[in-house]
Amino acid sequence: MRIFDPHIHMTSRTTDDYEAMHAAGVRALVEPAFWLGQPRTSVGSFTDYFDALVGWERFRAAQFGIAHHCTIALNPKEANDPRCAEVLDVLPRYLAKDGVVAVGEVGFDSMTVEEEKAFVRQLELAVEFELPAMVHTPHRDKEQGTRRTLELVTESGLAPGMVVVDHLNEVTVDQVDDAGCWMGFSIYPDTKMDEHRMVAILQRRGLDRVLVNSAADWGRSDPLKTAKTGAAMLEAGFSADDVDRVLWRNPIEFFGQSGRLLVDPDLTDDAGADADSSPDSSATFEGNSILRGSRD
Amino acid sequence: MTAIQPLADPSVVEAALDEGAHEQWRALEDEVAADPARLGRVFPAAARKTGRGPLPGADGVLLEDAVRVSLVRSAARSLDPEALLAELREVYRYGDSDEKRAVLHALNGADDELDGTDLLLDALRTNDTRLVAAAMGPHSDRLDADAWRQGVLKCLFTGVPVSSVTGLARRADRELAEMVQRYQREREAAGRDVPLDVQVVLDACAASPEQNRQKDS
Repeated sequence: MRIFDPHIHMTSRTTDDYEAMHAAGVRALVEPAFWLGQPRTSVGSFTDYFDALVGWERFRAAQFGIAHHCTIALNPKEANDPRCAEVLDVLPRYLAKDGVVAVGEVGFDSMTVEEEKAFVRQLELAVEFELPAMVHTPHRDKEQGTRRTLELVTESGLAPGMVVVDHLNEVTVDQVDDAGCWMGFSIYPDTKMDEHRMVAILQRRGLDRVLVNSAADWGRSDPLKTAKTGAAMLEAGFSADDVDRVLWRNPIEFFGQSGRLLVDPDLTDDAGADADSSPDSSATFEGNSILRGSRD
Repeated sequence: MTAIQPLADPSVVEAALDEGAHEQWRALEDEVAADPARLGRVFPAAARKTGRGPLPGADGVLLEDAVRVSLVRSAARSLDPEALLAELREVYRYGDSDEKRAVLHALNGADDELDGTDLLLDALRTNDTRLVAAAMGPHSDRLDADAWRQGVLKCLFTGVPVSSVTGLARRADRELAEMVQRYQREREAAGRDVPLDVQVVLDACAASPEQNRQKDS
C-alpha cells in the first residue's frame, strides 16, 4: 500500500512517527501551514515557521524516505490578530518555492470580518500563483462556514477542481461535492471523522475527488489513520486498486495541479510490501533519476 | 564583473536537458543577464523549469545546483563583488534548502574578492547535512581556525564524508586532532562505532604541515 498523506503536521511529530509511517507505506505527504497551539505575535515567527516547512522539515522527512511538501498561508485563527495580518505581504515569496503545492490552510475559524478578508486575499494569491487552495472548515458551525466558503470560492474565480475543502463530515460533504470541489476528510481517534464512517461515505458517493488524511498534529491524533482507512476499505470489500486511488493517485492528481510535486507520481518502490524495510531516503526525495519539472 | 566558476561544464548541463527544459534554462539566463536583481525571482522556479537529480557526467553534482550556480554566474557578470554578495545574501535568506545550497556552491566557485563567511557560518549552525557539506567546500578557506575545526567535527558528527572538506590535509592541526580524539573516546566509552572518517582526520592531522609547525614552535 503506497500512501500520500495529503494533510499532516509533521513539525509536531517525532521521528518515531516518521519511521512508523514509512513502515505503513507512507512515501509522500503535505504539511499545511497552521496554528501552532500557542498564538504567534509577530510576522517573524511566521517566516521562521515557513522557512522550516521548506527547509528543515523537508530534510527531516527525506531521512525517512518520505517526500515532504507543504502549503503556505496565514491560518484563519491568527488572521484575527492585527500583529499577524502583515504575513499576507510575505506569502508571495514562499508561494514561489518548489514543494509548495497549495495555498493553505485558509478559511474560517470564527467567521469574522478579518478572517474573510484574509481568506479572500489568499484565494486571489492562489489564482495569481496558479496553485490549488486548501480550505479549513471551522470546528464550530461547520455547515454555515462551509456554505460561506463555497460562495467565496465561486467569487474568487478559482476553478472548483483547484480547491479542497477539508475536515468534512456527513453534514457538509454533499454541498462541497455539488460545488465540484475536492473533499478532504481528517480521520481522527475521536473527533472529526473515523475510518468506518469514511468507508460509508465512500460506499455512498464513490472515490472521485476524495482526499483522506490523518491531519495528525500536536493534539490527540494518529499519523497511521490513512493506512487504517485503507485497511477498513479492504475489509469492506473495496479493491487494492480502489485503496491506491484514494490514498495515492487522488492526492497526486489534486496536488499535481501545482506542478510542484517532489515525488515521482508513478513511484512503485517497496511501499508497504515489507513492513520491516528500512527507510531509504534515496528512494524518493533525492531521486535516482532526473525528475522533470512542469513545462510552464 | 565578478568571476564565479561553474559547478559543472555547461555542455554537461545542456546534455541533461531536453529541448523544452533547455529553452527554459536559456530564458532564465537571459532574464538574469538583463537584470541581475531578478536572481531572487528566478531562483525558486529554476529546478521545476529545468530538472533535478544527479547530473550524468558530473560526479556528485545535482542538476538543479548546476543550473542555479549558472544563474549566479550570469548575474555576477554585471555585478561587483559587493553587489553580488548582497544579492546572494538575499537569495540565501529567503531560499529553501535547495536554494541555500546552490548559493553555497556558488560561493565555493567565487574568487578571492567575495567573502560569504556569514552564510557559511549560518549553514554550519544547521543540522542539514547537505548544507553542512556545501559549507565545508573551497569557500571554507575563509573560516577562521576555530570555526573550521568545528565544521570538521560537525561533519564527523552528522555523517558528512570528510572527503567533502576542502583543505583537510593543509589545515588539520594538533588542536583538531585533540578534539577528534575526545570525540573518539566518547564514542568508545559509550560502546559505539567510531566512524571511519575519524581516522582519516587523525591521519591528516598527523601528516599536515600545520601539525609539524606547531611541534616546532
